[in-house]
Amino acid sequence: MVEQTLKAEAKNLNFYYGDVHALKNINIPIKRRKVTALIGPSGCGKTTFLRCFNRMHDLYPHNRYEGEITLYPDNVNIISRDVDPIEIRMWISMVFQKPNPFPKSIYENVAYGPRVRGIKKKQIIDERVEKSLRGAALWDEVKDRLHNLAFDLSGGQQQRLCIARSLATEPRILLFDEPTSALDPTATSKIEELIVELKNEVTILIVTHNMQQAARVSDDTAFMYLGELVEFDRTDKIFTNPSNGLTEEYITGRFG
Amino acid sequence: MTDIKKRIAISKFWNNSFWVAGLLSTFAGLVLLFALFTDLFLDGAPRISYKFFTSFPSRFPEEAGILSAWIGTTLVMLVTAMAAIPLGIAAGIYLEEYARKNWITNIIEINITNLAGVPSIIYGLLALGLFVYFFEFGESILTGGLALALLILPMVIMATREAIRAIPNSIREASFALGATKWQTIKDHIIPYSTGGILTGIIIGLSRAIGETAPIITVGALTFIAFLPTSPVSAEFPFVSFKWLFDPFTVMPIQMFNWVSRPQKEFHINAAAAGIELLAMTLLMIGIAIYIRYNFRKKIKW
Repeated sequence: MVEQTLKAEAKNLNFYYGDVHALKNINIPIKRRKVTALIGPSGCGKTTFLRCFNRMHDLYPHNRYEGEITLYPDNVNIISRDVDPIEIRMWISMVFQKPNPFPKSIYENVAYGPRVRGIKKKQIIDERVEKSLRGAALWDEVKDRLHNLAFDLSGGQQQRLCIARSLATEPRILLFDEPTSALDPTATSKIEELIVELKNEVTILIVTHNMQQAARVSDDTAFMYLGELVEFDRTDKIFTNPSNGLTEEYITGRFG
Repeated sequence: MTDIKKRIAISKFWNNSFWVAGLLSTFAGLVLLFALFTDLFLDGAPRISYKFFTSFPSRFPEEAGILSAWIGTTLVMLVTAMAAIPLGIAAGIYLEEYARKNWITNIIEINITNLAGVPSIIYGLLALGLFVYFFEFGESILTGGLALALLILPMVIMATREAIRAIPNSIREASFALGATKWQTIKDHIIPYSTGGILTGIIIGLSRAIGETAPIITVGALTFIAFLPTSPVSAEFPFVSFKWLFDPFTVMPIQMFNWVSRPQKEFHINAAAAGIELLAMTLLMIGIAIYIRYNFRKKIKW
C-alpha cells in the first residue's frame, strides 16, 4: 500500500499571488516520518510551497490555490476551500526562518499551542512543556528558568524554543522554513541533529538555502526552479547522480 | 593631509554648533516650564488647606473652595475614560487587524488623523447638539464626559494603531501557525504587546481632556455650583446609583477661569491654588498609567 508510507502528497498544485503564477503543477509525495528537503534558488517557490501546507497564504488577500495536497491517512485535501485553515494548523505546525518567540516566558511560549487547543489543566500543560522542551533538546538548558523571558535566550536557543513550541501541538507534519539561516554554525548543527532525531516521531518538510544541509538531514529532496518542480528523488540520488542537467548545475554551484 | 584635517575641523564645528543649539532649545522649554510652576506654587501654595478641598465656592475668597470642582472633574474624567478607552482601542484594533486595506480604510484613516486636530469647541458644539438636545442627557456629567471622550477618541485610536503596527508580523504568523484564531491572536498577543503604547496614548488624551474648558462650557457646565452630584454608593438597596451621571456639574478649569476673571486679588490666589490641584490631579492620573505600563513592560519585553 503506497498510502501507508505517505503522509501527504501534492497533486497538480498551482498557486497564485493575485495574477502571479507562483507554483506550477507541483507533484511531490511526502513520506511518513522522513525528512523531505526543498531546495532551489531564491524566488523559486519553495517557501510558497511550504506555506501551502499550513494554509499560511490564507492570511493575506488575493491568494489562490488550485489542485490538491492530500493528507494521509484521512484523505483530506488540505487546500480545499471547504477545509478550515485553523483545523489544518492544528495538525501541521511550522518553524520560521527567523526565531520568533512570543515576548513572554519560555514556559508560556511552549504552553500556547496546548492552550489554544483548550487544554487548561496545569499538570497536563506542565508535562507537555517538559516533553516538548526535551524533544527540542532545550530542557537541560532552561529547566531552572522556565519563567524567564524567551528573549533572554541566544538565537539558537530561541529557534529550539520555537521548535519546542511547535512540538507541543503534537503535529502530524512539521514544516521548517530555512530554520538555520539566521544562526551561527554551532547552533545550526544542533538544529540539524535535532531534525534528524525528530523524524522518528514526525514527518518533516524543510526548505533550505544550504545544499549541504539538505544533503545532511533529508531523505528525499525536491529541486524547484521558477515555480516548477525540476526533480524529485532520494537525496543521495539527487546529490550524486541527478537525472536533470539543471539540478546538476545547481548543486554543483554553477548558478543560484 | 592638511586638507582632510581642515574638512574634519569644519564638520566638527557644525556638529558642536548644533549640539549647543539643541541644548539651548531644550533648556528654553524646561526653564519656562519651571518658572511657570514656581510662580504658580508661590502664588497658590499658601491657600492650599484641607478646607480648600472641602468647601464649595463662595463669594468670600477666603471661604471659597474647590469641592464641587474636583469632584466634578473626577467624575467627568471617569466617564471620559470609560467611553473613550474601550471605543478607541476597539476601533484601533479593527482598523489594523480586521479591516481590509483599501480606499475606504484610507479615507477613514485620514479623517481620524484630521479629527485629532479639530478645535475642542467644535466637539463642544457637537456634544451640545447630540447629547444635550438629541439624546436629552441634559447639561450633565454624562454629557460633559462624552464630549471629552469624543475629543480624545482620535488620539486613543491613533495610539492603538501605532502600537499595533509596531508588532512584527512574524509574531502574528507564529500565533496563527499554532492554530490560533484571529481573536485569540489579538487577545493573547496583539493587545498585551501593544498595551504600553496604547497607555501612552491614553495618558496624552486624558491629560488633554482634564484641562479642557471650551467644550465643557459649551455643553452647559455651571460656573457656580454649591452642591454635589448624587452619591454613586448609598447605604440603601441597591447600594449603587447612576443618577450622578445626569447631575449638573463644574470642573476645575472652569472654576479657575471663574476666579481669574474676578477683580479681587484674593480670588486670583484661589485660582493659582486650584491650578496646583489640577496639576496634581493630572500628575496622579499620569502616574497611575505609567505604573500600569511599567508593570506590563516588566512581564513583556521586546
